[in-house]
Amino acid sequence: MSQSTSVEKISNKNSHKYNFVDKFKRSGLKPNPLTVETLQVNVTKLCNQTCVHCHVDASPKRKEQLNIDGVNRCIEILKEHPSIKNLDLTGGAPELNPHFDYFVEEAKKLGVHVMVRHNLTVTLDGNPVTGEEKTYLPDFFAEHKVEVISSLPYYQEYFTDKQRGKGVFEKSIESIKMLNSRGFGNGNSELMLNFVYNPAGAYLPPSQEQLEIDFKKELHNKYGITFNKLFAITNIPINRFRTQLLKIGAYEEYMEKLVNAFNPAAAEGIMCRNLISVDHDGKIYDCDFNQQMMNMEVEVDGEPLTIFNFNMEKALKRKIRFGPHCFGCTAGAGSSCGGTISE
Amino acid sequence: MSYYDPSDLKRFAEVGKFSKELMDKFFEYYNSAVGEDGALTKREKSLIALAVAHTEQCPYCIDAYTTQCLESGADPEQMTEAVHVAASMSAGIKLIHALQMQNSLKKKGAL
Repeated sequence: MSQSTSVEKISNKNSHKYNFVDKFKRSGLKPNPLTVETLQVNVTKLCNQTCVHCHVDASPKRKEQLNIDGVNRCIEILKEHPSIKNLDLTGGAPELNPHFDYFVEEAKKLGVHVMVRHNLTVTLDGNPVTGEEKTYLPDFFAEHKVEVISSLPYYQEYFTDKQRGKGVFEKSIESIKMLNSRGFGNGNSELMLNFVYNPAGAYLPPSQEQLEIDFKKELHNKYGITFNKLFAITNIPINRFRTQLLKIGAYEEYMEKLVNAFNPAAAEGIMCRNLISVDHDGKIYDCDFNQQMMNMEVEVDGEPLTIFNFNMEKALKRKIRFGPHCFGCTAGAGSSCGGTISE
Repeated sequence: MSYYDPSDLKRFAEVGKFSKELMDKFFEYYNSAVGEDGALTKREKSLIALAVAHTEQCPYCIDAYTTQCLESGADPEQMTEAVHVAASMSAGIKLIHALQMQNSLKKKGAL
C-alpha cells in the first residue's frame, strides 16, 4: 500500500468522529449566514513561495487564476451591493494575477476597503513564471491605501524559514522596511500593515495580545520595524498541513485538541457567517478553506452559487458547508482571517 | 514498547480514582500555580516547568510543557536555554559537593 493511500484511509476512517454541526448546535447556536460584509477572492494559486502549511497548495507551478470576466463580475457585485464593505484579495500571491492592479483600482473607485494577503517576498522575487518585477508594490499599495496583511510566522528566522522556506525571513524583513518607508504601520490609519502568525506545528496559537507585544518589541528592537496588529490564526488541518499531520501520526491528536478546545463564543463569530469566498472560476464558497476542498461549493436550491448568478438573497439563505476542519476556527480564542475571534 | 506510555498523559486525572479529594486539591493548586498568569506570565511558568521536567527526567512533563511553551509563545531557543539552566544547575549542584570531598580529604590529612 502506498503511503498516500494509507494516509487517506486513516483520514477517512476518522472524519465522522469530528461532527462540527452537531457540536455547533449543541452549543445552542444556529449555523446560518448573517451578512456578507466581505467578498474574499482567491485570484490565483500561483505563488513565488511553497510554504509547508499552505492550505491552498500554492506554488510557482500552479496556473489557476481569475480571468478578466471574473474580475469585472466581482466589481459589478461590489457596485450592486454597497453592504459589502470589504474586498479581501488572496491567493497564492494575489499580486501575480495579471488583473490584480486593475481589480484594486476599480474597487477603490467604489469606496470599498481593499485588503491584500501579501506574502512580502513577492515584492523582491517578482513573478516566478514571467520574471516580471514587482518592486512597485509598496508604492502601489500606498497610493491606493490598501490594507496589507502579511504572513510572518515569527519574529525570528527559525520558525519563519521552517514554514515558508530558507531565506524568507530575511527577505520579508527587507520588504517590511520598504512598506514602513512608504508610511505603512506607522500610525497612519489609512496605511495599515498587519501581520499573521500561525504555529509552526501541531499546537494552538498563543494569546494574540501577548504575542503582538512580543512581535512589536522584538521587530522594533532588532530591525526598527513597526506594524499595526498581529492576527494569530490556527493551522487548519487540510491539504499540506493535514498531510504533514498524518505523516507524523499527529492528525488525531491535533483534531482532539481542536475539538476539546471548542469555544462557543468563537463559534458564534465564525467568519463564514459574514463573508463569501470566490475561487478562480467564480464559484462561491463559505471560506477560503472550503474552497480548497473537494465538493464544498455553495449550493442554493440545488444550483451552485457563482459570481455569475449571484444575488444577495441567495447568498444569505445558503446553508454553510461545515466539516471536521471547521474545528480549527472555533478552538480556544477562535481563528479567522482577522485573527482571534474572542479574547 | 517503552516502559512509559505517552497516552497515559491524558489519563493523569485517573490517579484520582482513589483518594479523589486529595487529587482534586492537587489539581486546583497545580492549575493555579502553573496554568495561569500571575506575577509570572504563563510563558515564564511554562519555561520553569520545562526546566524542572528535565531535571526530574519526566517524559510526560517534557511532552506536556513542550506544547505548553509553544502555546504560550516561547520558541525553541528560549526552551533550550531553559534546559541549559536546568542542566547547569544540576552540574553546579554536583560540583559544589566537591567541597564536601575536600573536607573529607582534609579530615584524613590528605589535603
